[in-house]
Amino acid sequence: MNSMLRLALVLTLITAGAGLILSMVEAVTREPIAEQRRLETLRALQAVLPPGDNSPDQDTVQLLTGQDRRGRDVRRTFYRGRQAAELSGVAFQVIAPDGYSGNIAVMVGVDPQGTVAGIEILSHNETPGLGDKIALPVFKDIFAGKNLQNADWRVKKDGGEFDQITGATISPRAVVGAVRRGLEFYHEHRVEILADAQGGSQ
Amino acid sequence: MTLSREFRKGLWRENAVFRLLLGLCPALAVTTSAENGLGMGLATTFVLVCSNIVVSSLRKVIPPKVRIPSFIVVIASFVTVVQLCMEAYFYDLYKALGIFIPLIVVNCLILGRAEAFASKNRLVPAVVDGVGMGLGFTLALFVLGAVRELFGSGTLLGYSVFGEAYQPLILMILPPGAFIAMGLLLAGMNLFDARKQ
Repeated sequence: MNSMLRLALVLTLITAGAGLILSMVEAVTREPIAEQRRLETLRALQAVLPPGDNSPDQDTVQLLTGQDRRGRDVRRTFYRGRQAAELSGVAFQVIAPDGYSGNIAVMVGVDPQGTVAGIEILSHNETPGLGDKIALPVFKDIFAGKNLQNADWRVKKDGGEFDQITGATISPRAVVGAVRRGLEFYHEHRVEILADAQGGSQ
Repeated sequence: MTLSREFRKGLWRENAVFRLLLGLCPALAVTTSAENGLGMGLATTFVLVCSNIVVSSLRKVIPPKVRIPSFIVVIASFVTVVQLCMEAYFYDLYKALGIFIPLIVVNCLILGRAEAFASKNRLVPAVVDGVGMGLGFTLALFVLGAVRELFGSGTLLGYSVFGEAYQPLILMILPPGAFIAMGLLLAGMNLFDARKQ
């Protein structure tokens, strides 16, 4: 009985000590980690939005885009970029669920009229050396200047005008489709997204 | 048993990856570039040295019956420390290593050293053993990452080596490339040792 108590005591002390150390480390790193995550979003926003002078991550609108399988609401955040308080562009994240392996998260930046200013691949698991070329400027830069009216939103292999990557059609097709759906959503909800956008200047 | 011997054994004679073939999961999975290999190796070394220190200091306190859960708690705590610090201060590396940081917990090299060495030896030899074994692991991951990056991307630590004209051998940064590079390196080491004798 005595030895059983000792076992329990030692294990309890070790786990308590571990818990204490971990809570201290967590307290120290909490702020830097939150800042790193914010900076990551901000870097992506700056890459896709037209030049601005505000913090787009502070100026957001959230809209309902649908419901997931369990019936919970799915919201999409729209980040608004401004130049001298005037709305210069809107950025939002879209997910391409039909990539070669797993979801591709894409940040899309558009001007207020809905023409793409730039896109940025946030995360993906596409094949190194083939599908992962969607993250290269040579692919991302195709999107700038395109909107729903002036472009055929399909890859060339499907009859559209977006260059697929040699050896990988699935990944570019997924990205093009996701950006197109994002633009359509933006088009349908423009009023809500831009609502009170001039609030700052009035 | 001298300290320098304890240190050197981890680098070559008992190298975790190339000799004991321990910890192969991270060694094969993250070594798509030399930088990833180096980062993973150093993170593992930190955990290994810290866990060796704690396990060796507590070796007379921990009853044999609960030693394995005790070791795992110690190791898991240090892994979480590494993970939090890396996310806070080396965010890009944290992103690149991803799921393999928490998986350092189950790297059998660390539990192996705690069980086979640190729990039976005094503090100083345990630290030396941890540093040697960890650096040997780091070295192995760095070499493996460098070879794969060199042929798979044509770069080394991000700098172009072969120039623009080089057509990368994509296979080398895909999973099969890890096994191929590993096999060739093992064969090379065995050849080297055989020649020496």
